[in-house]
Parts: sequence; C-alpha cells; structure tokens
Amino acid sequence: MQFGIFTVGDLTEDPTTGTTVSEFERIKSMVAIARKAEEVGLDVFATGEHHNPPFVPSSPTTLLGYIAAQTSTLQLSTSTTLITTNDPVKIAEDFAMLQHLADGRVDVMLGRGNTGPVYPWFGKDIREGIPLAVENYALLRKLWDEDVVNWAGKFRTPLEGFTSTPRPLDGVAPFVWHGSIRSPEIAEQAAYYGDGFFANHIFWPASHTKRMVALYRRRYENYGHGTAEQAIVGLGGQVFMRKNSQDAVREFRPYFDNAPVYGHGPSLEDFTEQTPLTVGSPQQVIDRTLSFREYVGDYQRQLFLVDHAGLPLKTVLEQLDLLGEEVVPVLRKEFASLRAPGVPDAPTHASLVTAKEMVAS
Amino acid sequence: MNKIAVVSAGLSSPSATRVLADQLAEATRLALPGTEVEVIELRPLAHALVDHLLTGFPSEPLRHAIEAVTAADGLIAVTPVFTASYSALFKAFFDVLDHEALAGMPVLIAATGGTERHSLALEHALRPLFGYLRAHVVPTAVYAATSDFGEHAGALAERINRAAGEFAALVTGLGPRKPPADDFEEPTPFDRLLSD
Repeated sequence: MQFGIFTVGDLTEDPTTGTTVSEFERIKSMVAIARKAEEVGLDVFATGEHHNPPFVPSSPTTLLGYIAAQTSTLQLSTSTTLITTNDPVKIAEDFAMLQHLADGRVDVMLGRGNTGPVYPWFGKDIREGIPLAVENYALLRKLWDEDVVNWAGKFRTPLEGFTSTPRPLDGVAPFVWHGSIRSPEIAEQAAYYGDGFFANHIFWPASHTKRMVALYRRRYENYGHGTAEQAIVGLGGQVFMRKNSQDAVREFRPYFDNAPVYGHGPSLEDFTEQTPLTVGSPQQVIDRTLSFREYVGDYQRQLFLVDHAGLPLKTVLEQLDLLGEEVVPVLRKEFASLRAPGVPDAPTHASLVTAKEMVAS
Repeated sequence: MNKIAVVSAGLSSPSATRVLADQLAEATRLALPGTEVEVIELRPLAHALVDHLLTGFPSEPLRHAIEAVTAADGLIAVTPVFTASYSALFKAFFDVLDHEALAGMPVLIAATGGTERHSLALEHALRPLFGYLRAHVVPTAVYAATSDFGEHAGALAERINRAAGEFAALVTGLGPRKPPADDFEEPTPFDRLLSD
C-alpha cells in the first residue's frame, strides 16, 4: 500500500500571525515538503492544479520535474490534473516528458475541476464538465496508447496522422487515477477503463465515499478487469497531529476555522465527526485511517492533506515527521496484515512494464 | 397510504407558522384518511442548513429531513413573511434540495405575517419558487395574519379546508410518487456517456 501527501498549493493567511507567505516562498515550500516526504519514508507526492489566486500550482509538470531531480524514490502524481480545461494533447506530452525525466516515477490523477470561472478562461463551459472529461480522456488514452492518431471529436480540432512526443517511457503510459468528490460518472469512467479511482473523501461524509467506491468496484468487475476486490482504490485524508491530542486541537482550531472550502462553517468537532478529518494524537490518526478500510475495502493508496490553510512550513514538516516516524510504519504493518489475499498493489511504472512484457511474450 | 411532509419555518415556540402548518396537516388528514404526516421544523436545522451551503453536504438530521421531503407524495410548505418574502431559513432549505427533488410533487403553500398586507408574498415569492422546481402548486394558497387566529378564524378555517381539499385531490390524482433515479444503483453506462 502506498502512503503519501497531496497539496492544493493554497496561499492562505496564517490566522495566528496575520502573515501570508509570498508565491515564491509557497512554491519553494512545496518542494521542501515533497523532499521531506521522501526523507521520512512516504511513497507519493501529489500536487493540485489551479489557475486562480489564492493558489500557486498552475504548472504541475514543471513543479514535479524539479522535484523529480531532487528525489530518487518518491512517486510523483497530481491531485488533480484538469481533464476538462487542459488540451489532452498537452497532457499527453507533458506527462510523457515527465515520465522520462523521472525514470517512470509518475502517475496522474485526472479531475474535472469545480471552479466555474476557470472553464471560460480556457474556452470551455462548466456545464459540459462530464462530456469534456469523457471525450478528452478518450483522446488522451489514444495519444498514449497509439503511435499515430486519427481523431475527431466535439471539443477540439481534429487530429490527422498525429504522434504526440515523446512517446511514453518504455511504451507504457503513466497509470491513471480518476479523482472525484461526488460524480458517479467518474467512478463509471474509471471502471470502464480499468483505471484507478481516487475518492477525495475529505470534504464529504464516509457514507458518500462508501457508495462511490462500491459503485466503482462493482462496475470494474462488470467491465471484466478483475474482481471488485482487485479494483484500484485511493483515498484522501486530512490530519493534524501532536503527541497530546488536546494540543493538536488547540493549535489546529484557528486554521480550521479560517480554512478555504469549509472555514466559517461547521465546528471542528462537527466536521471531524462528519468527515475523515482527524485532529489528535498519532494513535488517533492510526485508528481513524484503519477504519477507512471497513467501508471501502482493501485499498492501494492513502494520501493525506497536511499543508493547507496557512500552516507554517515548520509545522507542516513536523507533521511529516510524525507521519513518517509514528503513523505510516504502523499503518503499513496493520493494513498488510488485514489485507485479503489476491488484492494487488497500486500499479507502478515497473509493474506496468512487467505486465506489458508478459502480454507480449 | 399517502405520505405528506410538512415544512415549517417558524422561529418561536409555539409559532403561528407551526399552528397554521398543523391546521393544514389536520385538514389534509381529514380529506385523505390514513395519510401519514411528517413535520419538519427548520429551526433546529438552522445551523446545519448554513453548514450545508458552505460544505456542500448535509448533517445527518438534515439529510433525514431532505429525504423525508423528497420521498413524500405531497408537501405542505409554510413560512413566516419576512421583509416582503419567505424567510431566509425557509429558502435555505429549498436551496439545498436537488433541483429535481420536488418535480411533479403537489405542494400546498402557506404563510403567516403580522398584518394582512403581506399576503401576496405567497403569489409573488412562494408560487414562483415552487414553479421553478416544477412542483404542482395548489391553486388556493393560505395566508394567516395575527387577526386570523382571533376574530376572523372562521374565514381562515374555510380557506384551510378549501386548500386542503384541492391538495388532497392533487395527491390522489397523481398517486404515489416514483422515487428519483439513483445514479449509484443505476449509473449511466459508459458507452452511452461516450456516445453522447
């Protein structure tokens, strides 16, 4: 099972000091956070993609390419890459390029993006969100899987005899996760292609995530990719830890109360009860995270959000220390002992190359 | 057996709005014997409604209320008139419903206010709201001012009975509602998504 972190890359005022870091500092801190993730033994770093303030990561493959050069084992991913407003040709090229530079340590999580104004900036219409995600991904798949592509669709100039370059490393495209908060169509899409399904998980109640994952698993089996238990599932999570749980609650509360998305809404206590947010001791985080398995089954990837809402870099690095030293080693052991036989790991470049060679031989 | 949901947005206890809601529910029960009535008071859900607007998902008690309304065969919706319209609390509940949730549902609209002068809020605020949601709004809407609970109570009772009669006829005529399609039980197959 893979453990890692995902960042939205927000520039939020630290409510306890009234200061906001510069874009330069935030971008450099994302690099420091990724390096730290590898150093403490985490497996995955994923960055969001945004095109509006207060967010900085508009160019994920630039960031991930830079991180690739400074790391050696970390799997680089996104959370999410906008399949609706990006040209699929550019996604195919950017991520294939990144694959080569990172020696294959790359996968990609596709999402629709829910910021209405972004769509028209890229010549698209949010009301076409699902059709865009469906058509653009069908083209992306072709661009990676076929050397010469002839294609015509609704949303883009047709392609005649087109080859996207560079070709994917070793002829194997990056593994694709389809990320969603709420759309059953995206679970259906992930199942249809036999790709991974990543439930955002952190903004909605567990009962909802349970239905989304159950739908994906059922349809994955239905489309003949394997049994429901073999489908590839990832989950988000959100934690803030101190040795003493009261200290964690006291320190995190101002950040929670003013956070983007849910700030000024439910209380920390209500949101903790209603969603996977866990604020407390490392043991509480371990217990809560293990409980996710009870409603989604054995899963392959757990990503935590730890660096948002104006938390200072020093605090975030301390969170990563706690994750790496106290939480993840226990989770690895516990999840491995609970896991049913026959449940696969999340695909990596190496495993996909092996699978391809087996098909060829 | 018919299931009727009653949404009451009164703030005090007891509120005139709840009193009117109960009278409408009782008149409906008399017109439709065996009707099962579930009353949803919005005041205890006030914080949950604002949280839902901010987070996009309902708390458990609010989810229960939304499901009760969505699964009903008819709805009685009663609000106090605030500043020439429905109250914000009343509107917040209908803002968090799925826009298909009330399609085809008979809805009896009613309102309370300090004076008779606000009665047309039913016609210029509530009726278009439920029209937008594609509900069947009962022709007679019931407005009760403070004085209607005293010296004019007879006229109010008459109006309640007329509205309840029209409501009952609609509920009976349309029959039990088909529950809305469940995207999780029956997802749109991907080849259809691809060909759309």
